[in-house]
Amino acid sequence: MLLLAGSVPVEHLPLLIGPIEITDNGIEIKGQELPMNRGNEAMMSAACLICREYGIDAPIGMVAGDIGKREGSVAIYKHLADHLPEMDIDVMTLHYVMPDLKLNKKILETIDTMQKKPLMIADAGSMYVAKAGGDAHYYTVFTPDLGETAFLADEKADHPSFTRGFIFNMEEDVPELIRRAYASNNAPPTMFVKGKVDYICQDGVIVDTIEEPSIPTMEPIGGTGDLITGMISGLMYAGVSPLESCRIAGRVNRVAGELAQPTPASQIDTILAHLPEALQKVQKQLG
Amino acid sequence: MGFLNKLGFTKKDEDKKESVTRGLLVFAHPTTVISVEEILRDEGYTIRVVSPPPAYRTGCDLSVEFPLEAEAAITELLNSVGMAPLDVVPITSKGMEPLQFVRTTIYNDKYIMIRAANMKMTVDQETKEIVNISGGGCPDVPYLATAMLGKKLSEAPDPGEVGFSLCAYSLNTSREELIRVIGV
Repeated sequence: MLLLAGSVPVEHLPLLIGPIEITDNGIEIKGQELPMNRGNEAMMSAACLICREYGIDAPIGMVAGDIGKREGSVAIYKHLADHLPEMDIDVMTLHYVMPDLKLNKKILETIDTMQKKPLMIADAGSMYVAKAGGDAHYYTVFTPDLGETAFLADEKADHPSFTRGFIFNMEEDVPELIRRAYASNNAPPTMFVKGKVDYICQDGVIVDTIEEPSIPTMEPIGGTGDLITGMISGLMYAGVSPLESCRIAGRVNRVAGELAQPTPASQIDTILAHLPEALQKVQKQLG
Repeated sequence: MGFLNKLGFTKKDEDKKESVTRGLLVFAHPTTVISVEEILRDEGYTIRVVSPPPAYRTGCDLSVEFPLEAEAAITELLNSVGMAPLDVVPITSKGMEPLQFVRTTIYNDKYIMIRAANMKMTVDQETKEIVNISGGGCPDVPYLATAMLGKKLSEAPDPGEVGFSLCAYSLNTSREELIRVIGV
């Protein structure tokens, strides 16, 4: 099973778990339609498209409503801590949730008890809490953007908002940020750093960079990074290695941007619509 | 001094005890801190917005450092405006302050994107309309995006008031810088 977990901005929506279906306006889980948005909806859509293209089971979504008041996030943390062993998960992606160090540690304690541990991908709030807790080693892949990479590089920061100025100002030297993140054990084995140049890292070494096609107008669009995380999730569930998944996802995202020709005012569905065509192109390019 | 040493009370501890002149106001949500910060600064208090001590950290929180001598007056003031802190604790070490640096990108002389920490807000410079919000990882980011997109800077809800997280705090820093640069 590919499990994709995270909160959605629908206040009081209870915890829902079920196969994710793509609809005309977004996604649907257990009869609940969730309009397309940056965050989990974008990530889940991209993972669904990859699973569909590879002819594998649709991912299972675990969502709960949270507009920042924590209830939905708490429901997700608690369900995972209590039920992970019986869920038979191969790959698990944890995404937008309110960081909660104690509850995340409970999930990791449960994982410690499991013989078959899922491959874990973290982005957004789930990555923040993993780093703040010193728990990056539990995960297989992180997908930070530049600001988040600076946060991973700052061993003292609990949240990207607390990244110290001198590290934030190191952003012109991304390899140094990556080196610092690995040196302080705040990066998992595989890391995809999203930016003007994408850096793909394995065990502390930058093994690939992606610069083309360059579509600068993608940076302001909320959700482009979420598409990459979703694609990596789907590809890993299809059996592609974490490293190769990063290589494919990064290229597909850029080609989809090239096909979409967005402006800074475009929304994520504009890019998402071109993912299947972009995947075909990249697969041909990569042979 | 020997007796105190036996009890594990050293000169260093004495110095530490003497140096406790600052306290922390702990709140449930980082964005409450934005309102509290404004109120206390308006009243002339010397305060800092900082990360809370480890025992209070969830991974997404802010607190207010204040002069302990003003504890009674400050807590009374905050009680009177319905912003009573969850806790008040004395502190000996300095907490980390949130990042205030921003980065600006202009697209085709039309759009301006300002990033604070992990949060980016993009505005059409002519119409002052918020056209995109990206970055972040806390659950109120997609909620705030839905509430703010398509609205003018002057009409959009203030993320410091309707958000709850540190991401909302940083988004507010982007918004304030946008207002400073292009006006409302």
